[in-house]
Amino acid sequence: MNYLNESTTLRSWFLTTDHKRIAILYLLSLTFFFFVGGMAAVLFRLELITPEGDLLSADSYNKLFSLHGIVMVWFFLIPSIPTVLGNFLIPLMIGARDLAFPRLNLLSWYIFMAGGLFTLTMIVAGGVDTGWTFYTPYSSTYANTFVILAATGIFISGFSSIATGLNFIVSIHVLRAPGLTWFRLPIFVWTIYATSLIMVLATPVLAVTLALVAVERILGVGIFDPSIGGDPLLFQHLFWFYSHPAVYIMILPGMGVISEVVPCFSRKRLYGYGFVAMATLAIASLGFLVWGHHMFVSGQSMYAGLLFSLLSMLVAVPSAVKVFNWTATLYKGTIFLKTPMLYALGFIGLFTFGGLTGICLATLAFDVHVHDTYFIIAHFHYIMVGGMLMAYLGGLHFWWPKITGRIYSEWWGRVSALVVFGGFNMTFFPQFILGILGNPRRYHTYPDEFQVFHVMSSLGATILGIGYLLPCCYLLWSLKFGRRASNDPWHATGLEWRTTSPPPKHNFLSQPTVSGPPYAYESPHPELVIGEGEPEPH
Amino acid sequence: MNESFSFFPESASEGALQFDRLSLALFGVCVLFSLGISLAILVFIARYWHSREVDRQFQPSRGMHWLVEITWMLGPLAILLGLFAWGAVVYIRAHRPPTDPVEVNVVAKQWMWKIAHPSGRREINTLHLPIGRPVRLTMISEDVIHSFFVPAFRVKQDVLPGRYSTLWFRATKPGRYHLFCAEYCGTEHSQMIGQVVVQQREEYAEWIAQGTEESLAQAGRRNLDSMGCLQCHGGIPGGQVGPPLTGLYGHRVTLSDGARVVADPEYLRRSILEPAAEVREGFEPKMPSYDGQIDPEQLLEIIAYLRSVADATGPLAGPGTLDTDSRSPGASSPVQQSPDESSPPGPTGEDDVEQPLDSPEAAESRSPPSTDAEESR
Repeated sequence: MNYLNESTTLRSWFLTTDHKRIAILYLLSLTFFFFVGGMAAVLFRLELITPEGDLLSADSYNKLFSLHGIVMVWFFLIPSIPTVLGNFLIPLMIGARDLAFPRLNLLSWYIFMAGGLFTLTMIVAGGVDTGWTFYTPYSSTYANTFVILAATGIFISGFSSIATGLNFIVSIHVLRAPGLTWFRLPIFVWTIYATSLIMVLATPVLAVTLALVAVERILGVGIFDPSIGGDPLLFQHLFWFYSHPAVYIMILPGMGVISEVVPCFSRKRLYGYGFVAMATLAIASLGFLVWGHHMFVSGQSMYAGLLFSLLSMLVAVPSAVKVFNWTATLYKGTIFLKTPMLYALGFIGLFTFGGLTGICLATLAFDVHVHDTYFIIAHFHYIMVGGMLMAYLGGLHFWWPKITGRIYSEWWGRVSALVVFGGFNMTFFPQFILGILGNPRRYHTYPDEFQVFHVMSSLGATILGIGYLLPCCYLLWSLKFGRRASNDPWHATGLEWRTTSPPPKHNFLSQPTVSGPPYAYESPHPELVIGEGEPEPH
Repeated sequence: MNESFSFFPESASEGALQFDRLSLALFGVCVLFSLGISLAILVFIARYWHSREVDRQFQPSRGMHWLVEITWMLGPLAILLGLFAWGAVVYIRAHRPPTDPVEVNVVAKQWMWKIAHPSGRREINTLHLPIGRPVRLTMISEDVIHSFFVPAFRVKQDVLPGRYSTLWFRATKPGRYHLFCAEYCGTEHSQMIGQVVVQQREEYAEWIAQGTEESLAQAGRRNLDSMGCLQCHGGIPGGQVGPPLTGLYGHRVTLSDGARVVADPEYLRRSILEPAAEVREGFEPKMPSYDGQIDPEQLLEIIAYLRSVADATGPLAGPGTLDTDSRSPGASSPVQQSPDESSPPGPTGEDDVEQPLDSPEAAESRSPPSTDAEESR
């Protein structure tokens, strides 16, 4: 008897308050949204193979990149790790029966789906063409598309973020198992905690901002449009005050996953645990002070530009600390390159490169040239797709045996990690060059000399697309045909491995206690085999 | 383009060279660190592969551990601060207003660039400029936000509605370069493109003089006359209801609340559209708003006129007797910003000597062979 089979009616799923089942609901809905956003990308990457606008009209192209951004940011990346892995793992990792507010948790999913429904309605109705950034006065006065519907969808889903964040914060404060002190928490818990703080503090600003756009658009009250007395830069300040911290909502949980996977497959304690934990909080707090680096050429004052550039440089320090500590964890470890580890190492490489190009962008004079070009697109995809999505997939593979009780095909897992890594680089590296050459983003047509890089990018995207379809196949296959997983197939150390796979409804049969630091990996005996699953009982 | 291989677009301005040098340093840091991390990972994987028999004893002392952590915080921090400083210096330099620039007006709208030269010549989606002279654009949008981007010059500036943005550069290489709109502005965003044509001085002088009937300043004066502005602002004794318009542009003025501001284009624009917001000391807020009665191009013409009389004194001459030199191609506006102005690191008359980068002499020595050093003076 486990959480999956204790009851199988539809009702038992849709009215469940079990954090593990809610995680599964999120997993399915996010996968759906990921493919919606991905299809949009397929279409505009096809269009961009040629310099002319031949496949799509300008308006369709504009709607597709807007749709891609809106769906991917708010309906995939921001909720991804927190709502799927966070929901599933936080109670297990802290040794609790559930989150602090199980019903609120279910409500969060319904709110999220309501927001998603608005977004889907918007798409069916005809789409929106403002880009995911909704810059005013274009969005508030000039766009003739479904801005209000799109904004409403995001506005609603924001409440889901806030409720989820609140639930995690309270749970981590009050539900930790006996002996589980703050500095015995796995880094994943630290990162979800920091992420939740950002969700609770920043999301309301986004809600206010979108509401103001709606007020201006519907009632004609001058807020952002100068022709009726508003200020267009005010929108950018408000929007990025949320949306820059939102980048850390996307990346911090990914860092948490990596901090679990790397020690496990190095059979060694995480190097610099305390520094990694504190770097997490440092990133979350500094992240609130750097929004103006999106506005170096917007017309904000030169002095503001200087200050925001300096502060943005500082964020790189805690990020570097993490990368160095992960790498140092490998030193004198006992390294196994299983699928989750391949994804994790891919994350480190891509995140490092994405972060370094972020330093380039924080450098004022450099940003002036590449701002709003493909350089930016490449940079944030290295962080959000190269980083976040690799971490998400790595985490999904790492905890798949715990979530489903099954072992997937290791060979296919490794293939998918390599295909995703290769396809990703081929898609987005050429875009750095495009950006330096001066190809602006959001261009439906472009000068001929840029074509070769666009063709490379579109080819890479095809490979990347295959890389994403692979896990869907072999993970689903494993549900039926995979070997059964033991309680702790990786011989990992967290509390989540001290219960059955899949866990019972209330997680633990008896209250677990903790008596030592996390990641208590010892150098293993030479015959250690991990991740093989149990032989089928015959 | 002549280089064997380059990731950079053609460089055709002074700023482009500074940008390229900075970029190479940044790319160096990117390559160094990403290669370093990747190599370390690969070496560790190979060396500490699970089936290999190697020494895995690792018990760093607490002091050692802290030393390592502090080192890899402070090391990157030093590099980051260095990069920040370098980027900031180039950025500040790019914001320092040039002396004696060619003043060009740019009005952006969905989906075109409307450009007006001092001689009165106008063009759409093309910008002609002379080599070696600083060109300053005063830009405004009629609708949404656009962004003026010339990759060959490595410059970009958002063009906002309801506010002037300025941008300047000095071209160093004749040719035709892309002009892009870089801020998403609706359906035809990717069609809001054009060309920047950098010409030799003579060629430019010939081009700029063609097909113009009145200079921008003259057009501005005509607007003032037709809107009846001079009835109050003419500076005629007895009729001085409003502040005189001569000797105004670029000078400091005192407002009724005691604040002192520079009468720059943005101030002048606001004073015409929202006269009651900033009233000059000693005057009554009697002027009606011209918001909606004057289009952005006319307003920029008026500013061009005010610039042409920035150093004049006394009452304005009557209509039609305007005499400005702004039609002659290389001519400069006589404006020198007053030494006490407070706009960002301002070059003042005296500073120019110490800032060779901004002085026309320096431009001459740097730019490709130029035959008309005199013309630029």
